[in-house]
Amino acid sequence: MSETTKGDWPLYEVFVRGKRGLNHVHVGSLRAADDHMALTHARDLYTRRNEGVSIWAVRSDTIAASTPGEKDPFFAPSGDKDPFFAPSGDKVYRHPTFYDIPDDVPHI
Amino acid sequence: MNTPAATGAPPETRGLESAFEDTIARDQRVEPRDWMPEGYRKTLVRQIAQHAHSEIIGMQPEGEWITRAPSLRRKAILFAKVQDEAGHGLYLYSAAETLGADRSDMTERLIEGRQKYSSIFNYPTRTFADVGVIGWFVDGAAICNQVPLCRSSYGPYGRAMVRVCKEESFHQRQGYELLLTMMRGTDAQRAMVQDAVNRWWWPSLMMFGPPDDNSPNSARSMAWKIKRHTNDQLRQRFVDMTVPQAEKLGVTLPDPELRRNEERGHHDFGSPDWAELQRVISGDGPCNAERIARRRAAHEEGAWVREAATAHAAKQAARTREGAAA
Repeated sequence: MSETTKGDWPLYEVFVRGKRGLNHVHVGSLRAADDHMALTHARDLYTRRNEGVSIWAVRSDTIAASTPGEKDPFFAPSGDKDPFFAPSGDKVYRHPTFYDIPDDVPHI
Repeated sequence: MNTPAATGAPPETRGLESAFEDTIARDQRVEPRDWMPEGYRKTLVRQIAQHAHSEIIGMQPEGEWITRAPSLRRKAILFAKVQDEAGHGLYLYSAAETLGADRSDMTERLIEGRQKYSSIFNYPTRTFADVGVIGWFVDGAAICNQVPLCRSSYGPYGRAMVRVCKEESFHQRQGYELLLTMMRGTDAQRAMVQDAVNRWWWPSLMMFGPPDDNSPNSARSMAWKIKRHTNDQLRQRFVDMTVPQAEKLGVTLPDPELRRNEERGHHDFGSPDWAELQRVISGDGPCNAERIARRRAAHEEGAWVREAATAHAAKQAARTREGAAA
């Protein structure tokens, strides 16, 4: 998500909803002069073969993103363990398998 | 849930580099904001930019035939194909931008001859049969090259390749179908197909790059899993794939050394003229100057469109601000 240089059009990230009932999924980026052009270019570039029923185009410089753990090796030993996500790693009781239930209890 | 974090194991202190090497070793993908060695980033930018430029320049040899295609059906198909090539170029420029490369800088480097594109597009398209043979050979070779790149270690590149590969299949099939149609036509048409095959066969084999013992960047790209197979492995795959297709079509591939080697389970084939590849790469192919001049003209003659769109966007934004203030 680099900043624009030399008067380039801004960078947009494009998200496409494949069909009704699915989330929008990030498919790539493009440059456009404004939001309207971003949408029409996204249509021509990312949905030439019925890939979507809805498009979001978002200015890349407006996206807030977490920093990958690789930038802080001391706290991120395994590469994909990000300190930012540490709170989700040590609460095993949030998972259903944490609880011992006898095998003969039905429907649980 | 027995991860190191969950068990409270003391964090190991490992460098950024070994975290990167770990990601590669575990066959995981490197993503844009991850730390990566400068050499990895540079190699990727070079390869992706070169790939993007190839797609964009690749619009020219076939684009020349859109107005001369023999039927509305063929025109529509060719139009869609050339539009796809533009799309492929843009997917790839988008992937290169995630590595910090600048899009207009890449365009400048292309038209100033500082970044390269595939040597194959420096050959002329003399007849309409060339359009078919490009789809069959050139897009076929591109598929051999690109399918393994879907598993490239750099996430955005691999994802762009997945989209490209889905679309290339149409490119190859329309080319082969076009040739099948011509082969059912007159003697003159069949001769035209054979002539195009003769002219495109060797340059297509050169698309895979120099032989392995003379490919300086291959080993490192393989170690980084940017590339998954060597040039020679991919060339062999292309030959094996194409020989039965040529038989079905009824054309002869112009290589007297080409024959099935039962022992190896592959086809033996002659060696392309590597000196010719070197000449074409270094700018002395039949169409190098023409291709770059055309790209430069398109860029410069399109400047007013880009400026008008920028001015329009500024005017619309100003109106929105005025409307909000009123």
